[in-house]
Amino acid sequence: MSTRLATGGRLIDRSKSLTFTFDGKPMRGFQGDTLAAALLAGGQVLLGRSFKYHRPRGLLASGAEEPNALVNLGRNARQEPDQRVTMTELFDGLEASSQNRWPSLAFDIGAINDKLYKMFPAGFYYKTFMISLGAWAKVFEPVIRRAAGLGNAAKEADPDRYEQAYAFCDVLVAGGGVAGLAAALSEGRAGKRVILMEMTAHWGGRAPVDGGLIDGLSPDDWIAKTLAELRTLPNVRLMERTMVAGMHLHGSIIAYERVADHTPGDGRPRHRLWRVRPGITINAAGATERPLAFAGNDVPGVMLASAVRDYIVNWAVSPGDRVVVVANNDDAYRTALAVLDAGLSVPAVIDARDNVTGVLPMQVKARGVRILEGRGIARVLGRTGVTGVAICAQAGEGGVIETLPCDCVAMSGGWSPNVHLWSHVGGKLSWDADAALFRPDATRPPTGRDGGPIAASVGAANGLLTLDAIAAEAGMSAEVEPEAPLAPVWIMPAGATQALRYKSFLDFQNDVKVSDVELAAREGYTSVEHTKRYTTLGMASDQGKSSNINGLAILSDALGQTIPETGTTTFRPPYNPISFGAMAGEARGELFQPRRRTAMQDWHEAQHYHWEPVGFWRRPYCYPKAGESHRDAVNREIVNTRTNVGVLDASTLGKILVKGPDAGKFLDMMYTNMMSTLPVGKCRYGLMCNENGFLSDDGVVVRLSEDSWLCHTTSGGADRIHAHMEDWLQCEWWDWKVWTANLTEQYAQIAVVGPKARKVLEALGGMDVSKAALPFMGWAEGTLAGLPVRVYRISFSGELSYEIAVPANMGAALWDKVIAAGKAFGMMPYGTEALHVMRAEKGFIMIGDETDGTVIPQDLGLGWAISKKKADYIGKRAQQRSFMVAPDRWQLVGLETLDGSVLPDGAYATAEGFNANGQRNTQGRVTSSYYSPTLKKGIAMGLVPNGPARMGEVLEFPAGDKLFRARIVDPCFYDKEGEKSDV
Amino acid sequence: MQIIPCPYCGVEAEETELTYGHEAHLKRVGPDSDAADFEAYMFTRKNPKGVHFERWRHSNGCGKWFLAARHTVTLEVFGTYPAQTTEPPAELVEKIKAKCPEWKGWK
Amino acid sequence: MRRYSIFAIAREAMRYHSGWERAWRAPEPKKRYDVIVVGAGGHGLATAYYLGKVHGIKNVAIIEKGWLGGGNSGRNTTIIRSNYLQDASAAIFEKALQLYEGLAKDLNYNVMFSPRGLLMLAQSEHEVRGYKRTVYANALQGIETEWISREQVKDLVPIINIDGPRYPVLGALYQARGGTGRHDAVNWGYARACDAMGMDIIQQCEVTGIRTENGEVRGVDTTKGSIDCGKLAVVVSGHSGVLAEMAGFRMPIESCPLQAWVSEPIKPVIDVVVMANLVHCYISQSDKGELVLGGGIDHPNNYSQRGSWYTLEETTRALVETYPIISRLKMLRQWGGIMDITGDHSPIISKTPVRNMFMDCGWGTGGFKAIPGSGWAMAELVAKGEPGPLAAPFSLERFREGRFIDESVAAGVAH
Repeated sequence: MSTRLATGGRLIDRSKSLTFTFDGKPMRGFQGDTLAAALLAGGQVLLGRSFKYHRPRGLLASGAEEPNALVNLGRNARQEPDQRVTMTELFDGLEASSQNRWPSLAFDIGAINDKLYKMFPAGFYYKTFMISLGAWAKVFEPVIRRAAGLGNAAKEADPDRYEQAYAFCDVLVAGGGVAGLAAALSEGRAGKRVILMEMTAHWGGRAPVDGGLIDGLSPDDWIAKTLAELRTLPNVRLMERTMVAGMHLHGSIIAYERVADHTPGDGRPRHRLWRVRPGITINAAGATERPLAFAGNDVPGVMLASAVRDYIVNWAVSPGDRVVVVANNDDAYRTALAVLDAGLSVPAVIDARDNVTGVLPMQVKARGVRILEGRGIARVLGRTGVTGVAICAQAGEGGVIETLPCDCVAMSGGWSPNVHLWSHVGGKLSWDADAALFRPDATRPPTGRDGGPIAASVGAANGLLTLDAIAAEAGMSAEVEPEAPLAPVWIMPAGATQALRYKSFLDFQNDVKVSDVELAAREGYTSVEHTKRYTTLGMASDQGKSSNINGLAILSDALGQTIPETGTTTFRPPYNPISFGAMAGEARGELFQPRRRTAMQDWHEAQHYHWEPVGFWRRPYCYPKAGESHRDAVNREIVNTRTNVGVLDASTLGKILVKGPDAGKFLDMMYTNMMSTLPVGKCRYGLMCNENGFLSDDGVVVRLSEDSWLCHTTSGGADRIHAHMEDWLQCEWWDWKVWTANLTEQYAQIAVVGPKARKVLEALGGMDVSKAALPFMGWAEGTLAGLPVRVYRISFSGELSYEIAVPANMGAALWDKVIAAGKAFGMMPYGTEALHVMRAEKGFIMIGDETDGTVIPQDLGLGWAISKKKADYIGKRAQQRSFMVAPDRWQLVGLETLDGSVLPDGAYATAEGFNANGQRNTQGRVTSSYYSPTLKKGIAMGLVPNGPARMGEVLEFPAGDKLFRARIVDPCFYDKEGEKSDV
Repeated sequence: MQIIPCPYCGVEAEETELTYGHEAHLKRVGPDSDAADFEAYMFTRKNPKGVHFERWRHSNGCGKWFLAARHTVTLEVFGTYPAQTTEPPAELVEKIKAKCPEWKGWK
Repeated sequence: MRRYSIFAIAREAMRYHSGWERAWRAPEPKKRYDVIVVGAGGHGLATAYYLGKVHGIKNVAIIEKGWLGGGNSGRNTTIIRSNYLQDASAAIFEKALQLYEGLAKDLNYNVMFSPRGLLMLAQSEHEVRGYKRTVYANALQGIETEWISREQVKDLVPIINIDGPRYPVLGALYQARGGTGRHDAVNWGYARACDAMGMDIIQQCEVTGIRTENGEVRGVDTTKGSIDCGKLAVVVSGHSGVLAEMAGFRMPIESCPLQAWVSEPIKPVIDVVVMANLVHCYISQSDKGELVLGGGIDHPNNYSQRGSWYTLEETTRALVETYPIISRLKMLRQWGGIMDITGDHSPIISKTPVRNMFMDCGWGTGGFKAIPGSGWAMAELVAKGEPGPLAAPFSLERFREGRFIDESVAAGVAH
């Protein structure tokens, strides 16, 4: 059984004891433990249940590739599912619980699936559950969904915070093992700006566990010396607990720093996401040991050989008292030595190779360990823990030669370089048949924006699996035991029966077995991508780190082709999962998106206004009084504006200054109207189309002076329209002398609207606002209440109306003065909804209501605003296309229900019959519809085929189970002659 | 994230600073032109799997539109130049020819 | 074709599943086919399937440059819905949805179509109006959708933050019949059924040229030799421009990446599909337990199947804002596909300037949900040489005439 050894443990501090719980059971560990080490030290071998068969599972690995030992960490809002215990640093008070089991880890009902395993081969679900859609959707699928998934998400919002940061460097080194440290040192000494990132909390990678001498020093001493020098270099930055998650376009790097996962509640951000711009990235991410496929290779206690020695050397944890080693290579013998050094027993090393004569095997043999050559494991004995192994000839079919009792199996099928980072942006690999691994092909690197390489590989990530090779690559010397070649053995025994293949696991988390890959091959899912998707091999949360190459090899074997002919699946970021919290960073809650505020925003908020999002603003929708409904507030605001006076914060209107000798000519191209002839001192309503002919914006254009115009745009439209203008100016008419400036934020704008509007302005005092001095569609500059203003006589409501522009920093002051002056005249503020209703009463169109990107001005009765004199404007050619000039286009009309009710906004008018696709024919739709408190009935606008010629016709608008009948009328419902605005 | 140098201000701009403007060197077709010509101008695109001449605006920077030659598979940026031109600079064309012998030219 | 069933599985279980046949063969190309379909994605395979099933044309090859289903139909977020606004779109997506509803039985392959319900959130008054309009349009199109209140949204999606703080949820457009399917299974099911009709699916076979004579198609040159055909159906999404160029014409299409990503698998937290267009993110949970996430396209032309990181970040922010619990979950994997975006963002099912060459493309971000309908309409076009009512509005001529099919009703903004 697994336990803590009395001595040793290079990473733990035995003076600092920590307590934690697993499934509620109190346990103890040491500072420096991973949760995996502490669990194992506490004798907890069974840690989880597999995805499909709910088979009992324990630790396979000691690092990022762990597929089995995933737990729920924390509780309530801090609960986090699917956390790898191997990547979790132990802290005091840690709470972990097992996943995907019910009612308990030891007794899991779901394990019934394992008994029925023959009914659940790869892709079984594609072949059944097809009785009916209802049965699938209501019965089978819900059961599958409940059974699937692993951990449980928190039910509350995440209380922790996350950060994002940028970093720039010449060289980014990913991985702080010997190769990475050496690369960082070499680049650092050369004066390069270097960042070295290490995923774990420790430097040095595998070397301290695997042994040898580097430049005559032990790995620990060499690492200490190297780190010491690196820390003296100001141009080198060392970052622990920081994983290079992925390489992206043009070599940009995303890295993931787990700042405070191990110190929860200390006030620091939990994770920090780094966006790094390196000149080049050196991948020093090491290699991952491969399991071997044999029956029962997933029984808790069967572990990777390297993990077994990691637990012994790093954390002084023995995974078992009697450890059988099974391998196809020499490296695994290091595990046998580590086990022996810890005073534990190695009943045998089972080696698939026939003539084992390497130095490491001989050292093991010299210590009295049996080496069983040409042997394999027929099957592992035990269910929730290893009790022994049945040994067979590797060349045979699995006939048992002998049985050895043991409580741990350390397996090694060789190593695969961690080439992920090299491959994310398309670096190519080549297959090394001798070493049986894919290594980066340095002649086909990922390339960046100049076409040059953006990545390099060193160390094990470059396919160099021995310390001497790694040292030599870095220009150092090393002494280490030489290793004999491995045998490319993927499955034990070579001729394993089907019964064995059905219990030989490749992808542990997803329960993909050798038999599944072979089934996929037999059924024609022969592309590696098909096999992956059909069997789910490599699709678990470890993304196939320990299973992909084995699966490839089995598939290649089944297809009778070589591994490079089969090829790999695509490596996609991230290397290991990263939190969405880190990806979102600080941009949450109030910081999710910036809010624009007008100069009067504080005032609106103080009124308890009801708002609606408009662009990035929050505009007042209405200002309800206590106890008043929104609807009633809107009606009150309208009636008051039409009878007394209302005031509107119009600051959000876009304001673009267009200036220069060619400004008039330019605006004639931008607008459908003629703007060059607008007299100084006058305003004109203008329409803007896109080059595709559709109406895109409207607003009042003001001629400020001989060479300057001020163009008002819709709220939220200013940036878009300004960009549109600049596009044409810079890219098409670059020789025209025109300058534009977006002044939207420079001015606050206040609309004073209603029969008593003039009285309010007169009360403010300072300029002549009479009809004679400031006629309708004119403007003037002056002062009001002592503030410098520009006043436009324009109206979007049909009432006497002044829009007052004032420098934004005086907006609040002027607003207060207007409010104060208006009191005597019964003035009330009104919001966007009252604005909408009043414009609809007047039959004025609204961009976004009457237009939807498919409407041209000609559809809206706006022909008067399209200059016939101009040869060209943006959109003119498009409006000449056959469909745009067709006689039956839907055109703007007013609509009035026969009973005065309000037509449903967006409803369609039906026509006779059905079209060829069986859809009801239509003849028009409602584009705007409101209750008009002015007219005390519903009013609407709509688009109807050839509508203006059909006045008086009654159309039917079904809406749910109701049918509305409405008459086609003129779209202007109020003051058709326009007398009220021009007073 | 891609980086495209702005030929005006010299900034090595990340995509977040830029707005993409699609195919470059389109010739505007105005009123009364042929319907097919107008359709081609508005909609028909080269969309090459290879070297693409395209428009970018340094919208969160100097505000200038510029043109770029970029490879749509490797995403290599061969060069950028001001928008106020009807054809790419000769030396850029030569550079691309040298790097991509299979390239059929920008037209 | 040997039928799949629980009984067949049980029989095979007795003999270690050794008796299953290949789902499709790996044939060498013949000299000539009546129809060659280029592209063994979902749309291409569905086109071939309905050519055989509906029109009796079975001397068909489906040519694929990589592995079948390896393009967008194998790398999308599997959303299926038909709540479109415009009649033409609603018709073809509804046809697709109806075919999806019976597809598992039709193909004898469980495509796991799951009508779990689909919501499109309204988070501005403008969206409220747009979605209500869609409900009215859908009713007349024979498509059942409804407007639901914010309280109903919260009931359907307990993990949603309906109160903002930035954009409160005001309600949603709901289609109960919408949902998801298993994308690979759709491809494989069609492929198996095509193969069973005797059609040849030829993978790892890239078209290198299109042969024409007097403006009429004669065949294709491929990396596996030259193949003659009576008719040619090009169904290659992002590579449509490349194939059109071979035949001497250009398309109103640009190719750019769309990315998607998934979380680690967790127990069910969200049963429905939710799309939020104002902040631009969508979410569903697969049967395996992964949250399947996506957002908007990357605009720059790009054939690399990789997009920019910042697009992921922007969408993830919107997701965390809308569903706060996902902050503590982790991204497992991200990937990208090549979208074929047309001038009006609607697809093309059309004759081409080359006689007897037809194209089905331009599905952009909406391709998976359309597969059966697209294949149905394309098969009719190819078989008859003229489009039926489903395909007719999607012809290439619409770009010349200005007869667009524009689903983006949110073009404008309020005053």
